[in-house]
Amino acid sequence: MSEASTEQRSIAQQALRLLGVVVAMFVFAIWVMPPLYDAFCEITGLNGKTGGQYQAVDAAVDTSRQVRIQFLATNNEGMPWQFAPQMASIKVHPGEEVEVRYLATNPTDRTMIAQAIPSLVPFKAAEYFHKTECFCFNQQALSAGESAELPLRFIVDQDIPKQVNTITLSYTLFDVTADLALAQSQ
Amino acid sequence: MTQGVTPISHNVYDLHMDIFWWCVGIGVVVFGVMFYTMIAHRKSKGAKAANFHESTSLEILWTVVPFAILIIMAIPATKSLIEIYDTKESEVDILVTGYQWKWKYEYVGEDVSFFSNLSTDPNEINNLVPKGPNYLLEVDEPLVIPIRKKVRFLVTAADVIHSWWVPALAVKRDAIPGFINESWAYVEEPGVYRGQCAELCGKDHGFMPIVVEALSEADYAVWLSEKKASAAKLKALTEKEFTFDELYAQGEAVYGKNCAACHQPDGKGISGTFPAIAGSSVATGVLGGHMNMVINGSSNNPMMSAFGAQLSEVDIASVITYQRNAFGNNMGDQVQPIDVLKFKQAK
Amino acid sequence: MAHGPAKGITRWLYTTNHKDIGSMYLWFSLAMFLLGGVFALVIRAELFEPGLQIVDPDFFNQMTTMHGLIMVFGAVMPAFVGLANWMIPMMIGAPDMALPRMNNWSFWILPFAFSMLASTLFMDGGAPNFGWTFYAPLSTTYAPPSVTFFIFAVHIMGASSIMGAINIVVTILNLRAPGMTLMKMPLFVWTWLITAYLLIAVMPVLAGVVTMMLMDIHFSTSFFDAAGGGDPVLFQHVFWFFGHPEVYIMILPAFGIVSAIIPTFARKPLFGYASMVYATSSIAFLSFIVWAHHMFTVGMPVAGELFFMYATMLIAVPTGVKVFNWVTTMFRGSLTFETPMLFSIAFVILFTIGGLSGLMLAIAPADFQYHDTYFVVAHFHYVLVPGAIFSIMAGVYYWLPKWCGNMYNETMGKTHFWLAFIGLNLTFFPMHFVGLAGMPRRIPDYSLQFADFNMIASCGAFLFGAAQLLFVFNVIATIRSKNKATDEVWENPEGLEWTVASPAPYHTFSVAPPIK
Repeated sequence: MSEASTEQRSIAQQALRLLGVVVAMFVFAIWVMPPLYDAFCEITGLNGKTGGQYQAVDAAVDTSRQVRIQFLATNNEGMPWQFAPQMASIKVHPGEEVEVRYLATNPTDRTMIAQAIPSLVPFKAAEYFHKTECFCFNQQALSAGESAELPLRFIVDQDIPKQVNTITLSYTLFDVTADLALAQSQ
Repeated sequence: MTQGVTPISHNVYDLHMDIFWWCVGIGVVVFGVMFYTMIAHRKSKGAKAANFHESTSLEILWTVVPFAILIIMAIPATKSLIEIYDTKESEVDILVTGYQWKWKYEYVGEDVSFFSNLSTDPNEINNLVPKGPNYLLEVDEPLVIPIRKKVRFLVTAADVIHSWWVPALAVKRDAIPGFINESWAYVEEPGVYRGQCAELCGKDHGFMPIVVEALSEADYAVWLSEKKASAAKLKALTEKEFTFDELYAQGEAVYGKNCAACHQPDGKGISGTFPAIAGSSVATGVLGGHMNMVINGSSNNPMMSAFGAQLSEVDIASVITYQRNAFGNNMGDQVQPIDVLKFKQAK
Repeated sequence: MAHGPAKGITRWLYTTNHKDIGSMYLWFSLAMFLLGGVFALVIRAELFEPGLQIVDPDFFNQMTTMHGLIMVFGAVMPAFVGLANWMIPMMIGAPDMALPRMNNWSFWILPFAFSMLASTLFMDGGAPNFGWTFYAPLSTTYAPPSVTFFIFAVHIMGASSIMGAINIVVTILNLRAPGMTLMKMPLFVWTWLITAYLLIAVMPVLAGVVTMMLMDIHFSTSFFDAAGGGDPVLFQHVFWFFGHPEVYIMILPAFGIVSAIIPTFARKPLFGYASMVYATSSIAFLSFIVWAHHMFTVGMPVAGELFFMYATMLIAVPTGVKVFNWVTTMFRGSLTFETPMLFSIAFVILFTIGGLSGLMLAIAPADFQYHDTYFVVAHFHYVLVPGAIFSIMAGVYYWLPKWCGNMYNETMGKTHFWLAFIGLNLTFFPMHFVGLAGMPRRIPDYSLQFADFNMIASCGAFLFGAAQLLFVFNVIATIRSKNKATDEVWENPEGLEWTVASPAPYHTFSVAPPIK
C-alpha cells in the first residue's frame, strides 16, 4: 500500500476515534450527568432533596434532645390552591416517628392535579430526614372545591449531628394537570 | 463596595480590599517591568537584543511565589465562607419568594405575609417627570427586620430563577423554583438598605428591587403587631360595598402595578406573548370566567399568575371592574370584594 | 499538478483550500463582529442615561442575549478557526488540512446557522431573551417560540466547531513535516492543538444541554423542571461544565498568537517555550474542574464552594507563568512598536487586568457581592476584548501581508489601535466601579448613582465601534493596495510561513520543507 494511503487511513481512523469521543461526551451529558447529579445530591443532600420513601426500622428514641422542624409552603406560579401546613413548626425527638398534615383546597371549578416538591435546609440535614409517608410521593388530585388533609410522616435520624437544632422543610406545589393530560394523550 | 452594616459585610469588604491590594501590587510589578523594558530596550534607542530564552529556576520561582500568595489569600476567604454558611440559631425567619417581577415576604410562624413591588412612578421611567432620589430602588412594602437579631432568609421562587441581593447585608442568594436556599444577616445599625434582583428573570428583571428596613427591637415589635392588625382590617373591608367609581379608580392603580407589565398600560398586550385586555373574550365575556382567570390564573399559560393568592379581594374586585370597563370594553358591570370572596370559597 | 483557483462564486462554494476557507471564516467573523457590535451599541445607547429611552425591556434582553451569542459563537470562535486554517498548515509545513472537504462543510453551515439565529429577531415573540447563558426555566417554560430555532442554531454551530477541531487535531498529529517534533512546533500550533481537544470534549456537552432543553420544552421531560423531579441547577452545572472550558477555548489561541508576535518585534526568541507548553496544558486541564465558580450564589454546600474557590485560584498560577514569560521575552530585547506589537503589548497588560479581576471573583465570599453585577461584565470584557479580540487583530495585522502580498498602512493601523485602546478602556474600566457600587447585570435602566460612569462607558463604546470602521477600511485598502510586502515582511521572523512568498501561493509545501 502506498505511503499516502496508509497516512490517509490513519488520519481517517484518528478522526473516527475523535468523533467517538464527541459522541461519548454527548451521551455523558444527557444520560450520565443527570443521574450522577441526582445520586450526588442524594448522598450529600446537596440541593435539599430528601429522597424517597423510607422503611422505618425499630430504633430508640433520643429523648435527650429535640429538633425543631419548620414547615413552609409555596405555590408555584399559576397554582391557585390554598396550601398551608397545619402547624408552622413542631419539636421532635430524633428517632421518633411523627405525623403532620398540610391542608390543601382546590378553589377552582375543575379537577386539578398537583405535585408537591420538597426541599430542605440545612443541606447536611437532608440525609438525616426520613419520610415514611409523604403526600409528595404521589400526585394529588382534587376535584372542584374539594379540600384534603395531606399527611407527612417522618423520622429524624438519631445520628443527626448535635449542631443541627432546626430543620426547615419547604414544599412547592406545582400544577401538573396539563402535563398529565398531555402525557396521557401521547 | 459598601462596607455594609453587618459583621459579615465588614468581613467581606476587608477581604475584598485585601485581595484588591494584592492585585494592585502584582500589577505594579508586572507593568512596571514592562514599561521599563518598553523604554529602555527600544531598538530606536540602540538596544541590542540579548539571546537568553529559558531559565528553569526562574520558572520555578514564579510558580511557587504566586502559589504562596494564593495560600495567604485563601485562609481568610475560607474563614469568611464558613461563617456565611452558619445559619444556625436564627431568631427571626423570613421566607423570601421571587416572582416575576416582585418579591413576597412571609414571616415564618407569625402569619404576616405581603408582596413588595417597585413603587417608582412609570412616568419617571418614561422620562416624563424628574426622577426621585431612590429611583428604581423603592417599594410599596419594605421588608422590616429587627436589628441585633440573627435574621435568616429562606429564599425560593415561584416561577423562574431570581436572586435576592442586599449589598449592605452582603447577602446574595439565588431563588430557585421548587428549592429552598438559606442565608442570614445580623444588622447592627437601624436604617434602610436597598438591593436588586441579581439573576435575569425576564423583562422586568431590572424593576424588582428590595428594600430592607432595620428597626430597633421595640419598633419592630410595634410594626409586627400593626401588620397583623391591618390584615384583620383588610378582612373587614371585604364586606364593604364600593361605588363603581371607587372600584374603577382602585382598579386602575392595581392594573398599573400588577397587570400593565405584561398586558401593557393601554391594554393592548404584546402580540405573540401577552394577550390584549382590550376587546378580549375573557374581559368582555362571562363575569365568572373573568374572575376565574384573574383569581386562579390560566390553565394553559403559566405566565398568567393566580392572583387570588397575591391580591386582596378588594384589589381583585377593583381590577376586574377596571378591565371590564376600560380600554373600550365598556361592559357596564362591576364586581364587589364580597363577590370575590364568595367565588373563592364557593362550591 | 498545481493549478490556480477556480473562478467565480463556485470557487468559494466548493473550495477545499485551507487559505480560501481561512479567508471565508475571517470575513464571516468580521461581519459577525460588526453585527454583534451594533447590538452592543443598542445596549449602550439605552444605558447612556437612566430611564427608558430607546428600547423596551424585553427587546433589551434580546439585544444582550444576541450580542453575547453572536460575539462568542459568531465572531471570536470563527476568527480563531480562520487563523488556524490559514496558518497551521503553513506553520507545520503541510500542504493543507488533513480533511479538506469536511473543512469546507465546517465553514458553510455557519452562515446558515447565523442567518437562522438573526432571523429570530423578526419572529413573533422576538429573539432569544434569556441571556447567552440561557438558564432554565427562563429558557424552557418561559421562553419565546424562537427558542427552538436558537437550539437548532446552537447545534449547527457546535457541529461546525467539532468538525473543525477534529480536523485540526488530525492535521497537527499527522501532517507535520518530517523533523518537526511536537516540541519544535510554534506555540500557536500548540495552543490550537490543546484548544481543539477542549472543543472535542465540551462542545458535545453544549449539544447535550440544549437537547435536554428541547426535550423539556417539546417532549415533556423534566431535566430542569422541579415539578417533574428535575432541578434548574442541573442546567447550570451542565452548561458551565461546557462554559468554563469554552472561555479557555476563546483565549488559548490568543496566547499562541501573542507568543508568535512578541518575539518577532523584540527580536528575541520566546522565553520559556517548554514552560509555556506545560502552562497551557495545565490551564486546559484545570479548566474542567472550576465550572461552579459561575454558580457561587446558587446554594452549594460549603465544601463544594471551597473546592471550586481553591481550584479557580489555582488557575492563576499557570496563567501568571505565561504573562511572566511574555514580559521576559520583551526584556532586554530590541523592541519596535509596529501595529501587531502594539496590540500584543496591550493584550498582555489588559488581559492581566482582566485576569486579576478574575482572581478577585474567585474569592467566593467576596463573589457574593460581585456575582451578576457589572464587575463581572468588566472582568470578562477585559479578557475578551483586549484579550481575544486584540489578539485576533494583532494576528491579522501580522499575517495580512503574507495573505495578500501587500503591506497595510502603518499610520492607519496605529490610529486604529489607539482609538480602540482608548475606547475600550473608557467603556469597560468604569464597569468595575458601577459593579462594586451595586449595579446588577442585564438591566435596561438603573438608579441614579450609576449614571455618570454609564454615560462614560457608552461614549467609550461608540468610540470603540467607530475605530473598527477604520480597521475594516484598512483591511480592504490593503488587499487592493499597490504597496508590496516582502516575503519575510518583518525583521527575521521565525516560522515556516515566512519562507514562502508573499502573497502565499495557493498551494504551499506540496513538498515537505526541511526542518532544522
